[in-house]
Amino acid sequence: MCGIVGLYLKNAELQSQLGSMFQPMLVEMSSRGPDSAGVAIYRNPVELGQTKFSLAHDDPDFSWETLETELAATLQCSVSIKTVGTHCILVTDADEAKVVQWLKNSQSAPDVLAEIRIVGSGKSIEIFKEVGSPETVYEQFNLSHASGTHMIGHTRMATESAVTTAGSHPFATGADLCLVHNGSLSNHNILRRNLEHEGIRFQTENDTEVAGAYLTWKLRSGATLRQALEDGIRELDGFYTFCIGTQNGFAVVRDPIACKHAILAETDDWVAMATEFRAIAYLPGADQARIWEPEPSTIYVWGEE
Amino acid sequence: MEILDLKKIGVRGVNSILHDLSQDSRQNFEIQNPQGQHSIACGLDAPLIVEIKGHVGFYCGGMNKFAKITITGHAGVGLAENMMSGNIRVTGNASESAGATAHGGLLVIEGNASSRCGISMKGVDIVVGGSVGHMSGFMAQSGNLVICGDAGEALGDSIYETKIFVRGEVSGLGTDCIEKEMTPEHFSKLSELLESSGLKADPADFRRYGSARKLYNFDIDNADAY
Amino acid sequence: MTKLTSQTHPRKSATFDDYTLSEIRRAAATGIYDIRGGGAKRPLPGLDDLLFLGASMSRYPLEGYRENCGTDVVLGTRFAKNPLRLKIPITIAGMSFGSLSAQAKEALGRGATIAGTSTTTGDGGMTPEERGQSEMLIYQYLPSRYGMNPDDLRKADAIEVVVGQGAKPGGGGMLLGLKISERVAEMRNLPQGIDQRSACRHPDWTGPDDLEIKISELREITDWEKPIFIKIGGARPYYDTALSVKAGADVIVIDGMQGGTAATQEVFIEHVGQPTLACIRPAVKALQELGMHRKVQLIVSGGIRNGADVAKALALGADAVSIGTAALVALGDNDPELEEEYQKLGTTAGAYDDWHEGRDPAGISTQDPELSKRLDPVLAGRRLANYLKVMTLEAQTIARSCGKSHVHNLEPEDLVALTVEAAAMAQVPLSGTDWIPGKNHD
Repeated sequence: MCGIVGLYLKNAELQSQLGSMFQPMLVEMSSRGPDSAGVAIYRNPVELGQTKFSLAHDDPDFSWETLETELAATLQCSVSIKTVGTHCILVTDADEAKVVQWLKNSQSAPDVLAEIRIVGSGKSIEIFKEVGSPETVYEQFNLSHASGTHMIGHTRMATESAVTTAGSHPFATGADLCLVHNGSLSNHNILRRNLEHEGIRFQTENDTEVAGAYLTWKLRSGATLRQALEDGIRELDGFYTFCIGTQNGFAVVRDPIACKHAILAETDDWVAMATEFRAIAYLPGADQARIWEPEPSTIYVWGEE
Repeated sequence: MEILDLKKIGVRGVNSILHDLSQDSRQNFEIQNPQGQHSIACGLDAPLIVEIKGHVGFYCGGMNKFAKITITGHAGVGLAENMMSGNIRVTGNASESAGATAHGGLLVIEGNASSRCGISMKGVDIVVGGSVGHMSGFMAQSGNLVICGDAGEALGDSIYETKIFVRGEVSGLGTDCIEKEMTPEHFSKLSELLESSGLKADPADFRRYGSARKLYNFDIDNADAY
Repeated sequence: MTKLTSQTHPRKSATFDDYTLSEIRRAAATGIYDIRGGGAKRPLPGLDDLLFLGASMSRYPLEGYRENCGTDVVLGTRFAKNPLRLKIPITIAGMSFGSLSAQAKEALGRGATIAGTSTTTGDGGMTPEERGQSEMLIYQYLPSRYGMNPDDLRKADAIEVVVGQGAKPGGGGMLLGLKISERVAEMRNLPQGIDQRSACRHPDWTGPDDLEIKISELREITDWEKPIFIKIGGARPYYDTALSVKAGADVIVIDGMQGGTAATQEVFIEHVGQPTLACIRPAVKALQELGMHRKVQLIVSGGIRNGADVAKALALGADAVSIGTAALVALGDNDPELEEEYQKLGTTAGAYDDWHEGRDPAGISTQDPELSKRLDPVLAGRRLANYLKVMTLEAQTIARSCGKSHVHNLEPEDLVALTVEAAAMAQVPLSGTDWIPGKNHD
């Protein structure tokens, strides 16, 4: 149960204002989601051969510098880090799978490495999420003046799982892919067990994490995003509005019963989605924008394909 | 005419002023900068005239009595929910559950209404210039629902005595909802509603839908319908 | 000498007991599920499995007369301008006019007012009788919205948003044609004599995040004057309580499976929703974790029968309890004096639960004018007031023995459990031990 928002800039000249345009959208959704918040911002795409990781650690004094040195030494690769609040954006030219392996393998690294959470990865995505009010979380991660092409965000009211950072959205579901969700799934426990069987590991009891993992699994098995979402509409049970961040844009889909409200708006300069119009009301030109509701069981995609 | 700037005084500010009037007040108000906020002009209880300039959020005009409310823009979920009497009009579109459980008055949606338009309606008259989404007229008990455009899936599912008039396509009928005969009486009522709504349409182009009344008393052979 | 025989003593099956056998036969004959009223009837872990410790060497009792034991409670301190001030921590639960006769509703109002507490409307709206007789009236806001209107909303002293009830968490109201009289039909805007179909979800909101907006609307309509309650069946009490706080509730009502209904499917009553005892501690825990215990009040209902139940619910952290079934029994429901008539209906006093048929000989759960006349609202109201008085005195007696000058000072440490289940559910030690199942001990 939550608020979700998404903003995609059609006009490249607005990119330097992305963070400031997005801020009131997220904060307006605080009453729906007072427990925690998270955003995925797409910016600073890395070079060919490089991967960008969003990492997080619960200990605010964790030494990311040590990590940087160790990783560079162990995998003989270039590594650069940027610490942002409790998160760290790490760019490296090492093979992605090897980095993930190294981060998870507590035998070749100090025990503390096992507590590092990989929050997201890709070419341009950066994911930040924390417990606390959306306003505080936004400030923590210095997003007010951020520049980028598109952003999706989430304010959380935890339903059947705990209020933790790990349990916050967005959930990464693949390279430059992430998911935010408003609603409540009803068969996520069965799905989680099936996905665990397929080798996917979970960090939380959260239903959204299952939806994200489901998409990951589908994409890994060769489906396109659209096919994965079409299968999802059939196989995920419950009430949901999903907003999926993709490398070049975002996608929106609602379940067949469509009880969780969602609204879309578009001008020449931007496309926005939100759980409630009042989040979109802050955007320049919102009053004159084309405003409509996504239909149930229909996949809307911007920027892709 | 008094102008209220919602950006300055907030929803509570606007509603306090609108509530703090005598029951026969016919005052005129214009509400500016609604900014998609919720519960604007809800619980009105006098024949006021309220014009809202811009888009409103959820439950605008909720439980309205006597007042005439016009929204120049779009409306969120539950527009005119549980309205008792009076008049509510939106020039743009209305979101889900427009006119939900409303007992009386007239709701006019010049654009499209979303899903569940007229859900559980209990006597209100709703006229939609555009189309309505799925599950419209769900468990509708009484009143009239006029749709100049198309209707989505499961129209009138589990309907009681509400009369539904549709001019466009119906994607699918809900349980116990069937097409019914248009008698001169129905034409007359429909004309009257279209006239009141100010929307231009010919009653002859409409078809009528209503309850087959098979679910009125439980019969085991209808169990699948529940 | 005992005659030698090849036969054993006849033995009935515990799995296929008499009731189950009769139910299978009934289903085979009718092709329809069984509908009845009341709450869960089968044996369940309950408040009887808890005991108070009382006074001893370290704890001293209060005298029964001079040394006061307060029972008042204020509901709705969080946001409302006008919270409810009750003399006793026992309210009358929501029961509809339609499921109950007008006389019964009036009797409830009279009795509650004498006792200084509130009644609650049900799925059908507010009647003038009830508003007239009940000094404090809570107005239910249900999925059906039958009879809902702003005038009654403004006349109410509090508003209770019903998400669910213990007998059927996830089920809607049910009123069959036999009870949809002219008056009921008019109030609910339905054709007379039909079987009412009811929605199980609210028509214009789903989920606590949207409930937050709906509650704001109700506050706006009533100018923030009245406390807003949220009532939930015993499903996920920990999360449901936390979400109710986040949705903006002033008061939360949790109704366990022993809680009654006018009518629903038997399987719903017996197999969906948790026992009341299992719901109390998780709900209190959620409030404590949010720093909202005593700030958002908790009312517990579902099988509350006597002052001991009241005291136990309060000791576990509730602010008040609510009674439904017990109130009806006090009015005269299922009275053995009417045994002959119960026999004619194919049942017996204490077992009569086919209230949906509207043939209640006591005149309580019926719309039949002749039967309803049998209930004298003034006398019945007096009986309810007496019963509430007794429950209060019993709770005070227990509280005094535990050294409390106010029933709200009862705490979990005043209790022990007789069974492992009760100990685990209430998180109090098993009698005679230090053991609380599930809690780590050094």
